[in-house]
Amino acid sequence: MSAEAETPTVDEPIVPSPGSTGPSGSPGRRLPLGRLIAALLLVVLAAVPLFVAQFPTSMLARMLIFALLAVSLDLLVGITGLPSLGHAAYFGVGAYTAGLVAKHWTAAAPIPLVAAVVVAAFAAAATGWLAVRSHGVFFLMLTLAIGELIQQLSESWSDVTGGDNGLYGIPAVEVAGEPLVLVGYVYWYVLIFAVLGFAVIWAVSRSPFGAALRGIRDNEARMRSLGYSPFRYKLAGFVIAGAVAGLAGGLLAVQQQLVTPADLGFTTSALALLAVAVGGAGSLWGPAIGAALVVLIRDVYGPDLDGHGTLVLGIVFIVAVYSLRHGIAGLSTTQFRRGPGRQTEKADG
Amino acid sequence: MTEWFADNFISILNGLAIGSLLFILAVGLSLVFGMMDVLNLGHGALYLIGAYVGFQFTGGISSWGGFLTALAVAAAFGLVAGLILSVATEPLVGRGHLDQALLTLGVALVVAEVISIIFGDDVQNVVAPPGLNESIQVFGNTYPAYRLALIGVGAVLAIVVWLVIEKSSLGALIRASVSDREMVSSVGVDNRKVKAGVFAFGSMLAALAGVLGGPVYGARTGLDETVLLLALVVIVIGGLGSVRGALIGSLVIGQVESLGRANLPEFASFMLFGALAVVLIVRPRGLFGSKVGAP
Repeated sequence: MSAEAETPTVDEPIVPSPGSTGPSGSPGRRLPLGRLIAALLLVVLAAVPLFVAQFPTSMLARMLIFALLAVSLDLLVGITGLPSLGHAAYFGVGAYTAGLVAKHWTAAAPIPLVAAVVVAAFAAAATGWLAVRSHGVFFLMLTLAIGELIQQLSESWSDVTGGDNGLYGIPAVEVAGEPLVLVGYVYWYVLIFAVLGFAVIWAVSRSPFGAALRGIRDNEARMRSLGYSPFRYKLAGFVIAGAVAGLAGGLLAVQQQLVTPADLGFTTSALALLAVAVGGAGSLWGPAIGAALVVLIRDVYGPDLDGHGTLVLGIVFIVAVYSLRHGIAGLSTTQFRRGPGRQTEKADG
Repeated sequence: MTEWFADNFISILNGLAIGSLLFILAVGLSLVFGMMDVLNLGHGALYLIGAYVGFQFTGGISSWGGFLTALAVAAAFGLVAGLILSVATEPLVGRGHLDQALLTLGVALVVAEVISIIFGDDVQNVVAPPGLNESIQVFGNTYPAYRLALIGVGAVLAIVVWLVIEKSSLGALIRASVSDREMVSSVGVDNRKVKAGVFAFGSMLAALAGVLGGPVYGARTGLDETVLLLALVVIVIGGLGSVRGALIGSLVIGQVESLGRANLPEFASFMLFGALAVVLIVRPRGLFGSKVGAP
């Protein structure tokens, strides 16, 4: 995480392309179409602040942040088969860490983000050490409990976190000594690091390590008999996912300049899980689209619904479970790929 | 030791009251999960329905009529909601816990939002019925009579549930379903009916817990998440699908909550987590866990 200065350039397709990250573990041939879409999307995303007004730009920044959270959760849910209901905890740990570092020490980029990633990784390691021992539904409940308790910590440790009022007055991030005040610059800052985060998760999922995680998801006993230690692999996956969620949280602190206990609560975790399920677990790019959809409903249409965007999201949950078994990603891969359908059996929780 | 006991007498009683409430709440969740492998994250929302039914029918007025009506209405709501949830989760059987969790979570979100649209986001108080609406002397300590009654109700319900599950033929059917569903269906019992029955019964208890907990916790938004978390911790500690486990888990968590908040308010949340962590490290399937929930 120290090489943020050399961030990926636009012409490199770092956004995962459809079909390249099938959860079956076989990388397959990368479709040129996918590369093209990814590159095009990146160009469009980079150009947004030049053409779009402030409010939609900051909304898009929120979508990117939430998408990064959802993609990091997909590493757990889709790739490793560990459905976590407390993933927002590490998002929040990152957000509070970045906010506190920026407020009390330095707001110079990328120090708050690096701190967010490191502390979130430690938090994930400490709690994951316990959580990944459990299986199936126990994992779901343990992560839920961990998430709730970290949220309670953020509420009750008010000397540091500001309690229910949240941590406010986070200074704007400084690049080369100049604070980034304009919405467009903040957006680009978010975009650069979000793309970096996506790239990390994507690289992990395509590495032999990612293949081992899929193997553990599909048949843990066999992986163990092959000499792998499922505990270590799962813990490592958990820590990586937590660290990237922390990065997303650090970006949230930059974008909102405010962190509240709600940002790491159960609802945030549940919405991230919804984004993964709606988008299609295991595809990585699907959850990013799912996250954009969730933010669109909650933050863009929510205010028009008298603040009851959650009601619509609840209905989306229900509809998604019944009708979108493989998520948005499942809809598109049936067109791109022939032969037997993707085996996106959702992680058996 | 005696001195410590005397100092913490009120906290221990509070812990028993919380434990009673938790048992009523958690036993349904535990049975539904243990029996049918359905993780119902909407359980907290059922409690919330009960709490607001209690508020609706008693309001700020202390009356037995209102309180009993609220109990009856909440029971009816719970039964119907349980049946609906049972039918709704039927197509998801065999699709893993994540889908069930998402579905019931979606239902919980919708219920909580609808309640917040109807009743607003203010904290509402529910008043205990007359006679229980005051404090009485217990060994030289003043203590709310309602909480004592709650302990009594919890104890009675625990005995009733235990008798039904452990001693009746219906209970035998339920226990058989918990341990081997296929075998039960192969002797000609319709699993779906058993599931619907247990689901309805458990949901009814959750809604009743909402009414019963009203005079202690009131009715407010966000309560559903709080009680869901507590109930989950209870059944994870006690072991899924076990009545005895739910009872012991409730009593333990009640004391941890109450004594923790009284003596170490800063660390109360961590004691809860600590208890959970210790149990899961020592006994990964809970204190009285069966084989259900295996990977």
